[in-house]
Amino acid sequence: MKRRGLARLAIPGAFVALILLLAVAAPLLPMPDPIRQDIARRLAGPMPGSWLGRDEFGRDVLSRLIWGARTSLSVAFASALFAGLVGVTLGLIGGWSRSWSASFTVRGVEIIMCFPPVLLALLVVTLLGPGAATLILVLSVLYVPGFARVTYAEVLAVKGREYVEAARALGARPSRILFRTVLPNIAGPLLVQFSLAVAAAVVLESGLSFLGLGVVPPAPSWGLMIRGARATMEQAPLLLLWPCAALTLTILAMNLLCDALRDWLDPRTTDH
Amino acid sequence: MSAAWLTRRVLLTILTAWLVATIVFMALHMVPGDPAELLLSTSGAMPDPAAVAELRERLGLDQSIMTQYGRFLAGLVRGDLGNSLVDDYPVLQEIALRLPRTLELIIAGTLIAVIFGIPAGVYAAIHRGGIFDRAASWVTALLLAVPVFVVGTLLVLLFAQTLRLMPAGGFTPFAQDPAQHLKLLALPAVAIAKGLAAVLFRMTRAATLDALAHDYVRTARAKGLSPGRVLAVHVLRNAMNPVVTVLGLQMGTLLGGTVLVEYVFNWPGLSTPLLRAVEGRDYPMVVGIVLTISVLFLLINLVVELVHAAIDPRVQS
Repeated sequence: MKRRGLARLAIPGAFVALILLLAVAAPLLPMPDPIRQDIARRLAGPMPGSWLGRDEFGRDVLSRLIWGARTSLSVAFASALFAGLVGVTLGLIGGWSRSWSASFTVRGVEIIMCFPPVLLALLVVTLLGPGAATLILVLSVLYVPGFARVTYAEVLAVKGREYVEAARALGARPSRILFRTVLPNIAGPLLVQFSLAVAAAVVLESGLSFLGLGVVPPAPSWGLMIRGARATMEQAPLLLLWPCAALTLTILAMNLLCDALRDWLDPRTTDH
Repeated sequence: MSAAWLTRRVLLTILTAWLVATIVFMALHMVPGDPAELLLSTSGAMPDPAAVAELRERLGLDQSIMTQYGRFLAGLVRGDLGNSLVDDYPVLQEIALRLPRTLELIIAGTLIAVIFGIPAGVYAAIHRGGIFDRAASWVTALLLAVPVFVVGTLLVLLFAQTLRLMPAGGFTPFAQDPAQHLKLLALPAVAIAKGLAAVLFRMTRAATLDALAHDYVRTARAKGLSPGRVLAVHVLRNAMNPVVTVLGLQMGTLLGGTVLVEYVFNWPGLSTPLLRAVEGRDYPMVVGIVLTISVLFLLINLVVELVHAAIDPRVQS
């Protein structure tokens, strides 16, 4: 069982790792500038030095795909990280103190879940204008309740255990117990939550960029590439397919990784 | 279902709607700086002070925050969502015109998802491990991974651009040409349905397997009931509870997806004025539409809960 779990982790894990590596190494790779236009080679097919051809402004498609991964993933990781920091802190305090106000805060942030995510994002974009910073802010806000809720539930489950009692009996301060004893023991579910948030953020970022309300052109983003390629669909359908495939495969790999992580870290959930 | 439980649910929904409205109201005041200046500024350029002063007055920002909040809530109760900053058109009238088209798309999408997702889930569970089950589990994983606007765009590329079977998008009123209306509805409805169908398939399959493993199913079989009757009366009735819950939870994603799908197919629902308003920083219009769709989400969940309670009396405790 464990062995099969590891194999299920390895394949999507390797794919996600590859995309991450490409995204991180993008500036080091020998590729054309992703925003340099070359109108003469507009919609040109594959050629040496430009394996996937050129887009509607004559920009290199492969380079834009890889730089697009960098944009998507940095927005997604940054927002999942911010959301995690805030959400986990709220959940830890709420679950540990169980004071009226702390529990109220944890319940309170759940009101964010009453909004369809795209709509809350559009409201904030109206106020702050589009851009990567706005995206990170909105996505962080959207995923705080998830982290807070999971942490809260896990802290409640863990805090009666003997090892927590023991730490308390040794006279450890609450902050030490929370960060040194409780947090490592609930790291599994939090990691799953983190991977879910990253995957969801990639989807939402691409959607908002597709609407022209996310990443600001000419920065490369998969959503923006699909938006741009829609206009030239008739002449260059491949231009549309590349970013669609990159986006879908990345999300597929991330989803499979999330599922495998959850099954691996949490034996309680059974796989039918 | 008991009257007390029903009242509590309805009151809770109203309370949540009030909280949602309050958050939307506060959004304008939580951003740092002068909101009027912020809404008028484009790419860092300082807006004209006279225009800022005028906008402050139109949005009521020159009054105290409590007065503004009171007027906002009073307006909501009266059904007055204010006027567009761009053309002074009443927001409510724009919504009244567009909401039915968005609702039509949502209902069509949900129906397609239910018609395909639930029977497929039951079939896969009964024939667990078979070819259909394994193939369907890969198809659902793929459907869950493809973003809704990608599905929409690819449907246009395949059915409109390449095969030339369907129109690429647009809208014809039903009264004018019913056949064309349905033809234009088909692709966007399928695009919206894809995620929900996948989730419903997974949930139905898991819930059916779960129900099949219960003792009461064995008892029902042992007493000689026909397989069809065991499935309909004992398995499905119990399996549908989690499926209904998931249906409600997924509505948030579905409503958000509608915005994207309407854009892809030029379907003139709420998405068109919403996106135009976000781009033009037309704050009252954005607030009106965001509130409408969020309250719609709450109402759908209320209905789902009522249906849930009707199927399963345990919910009320």
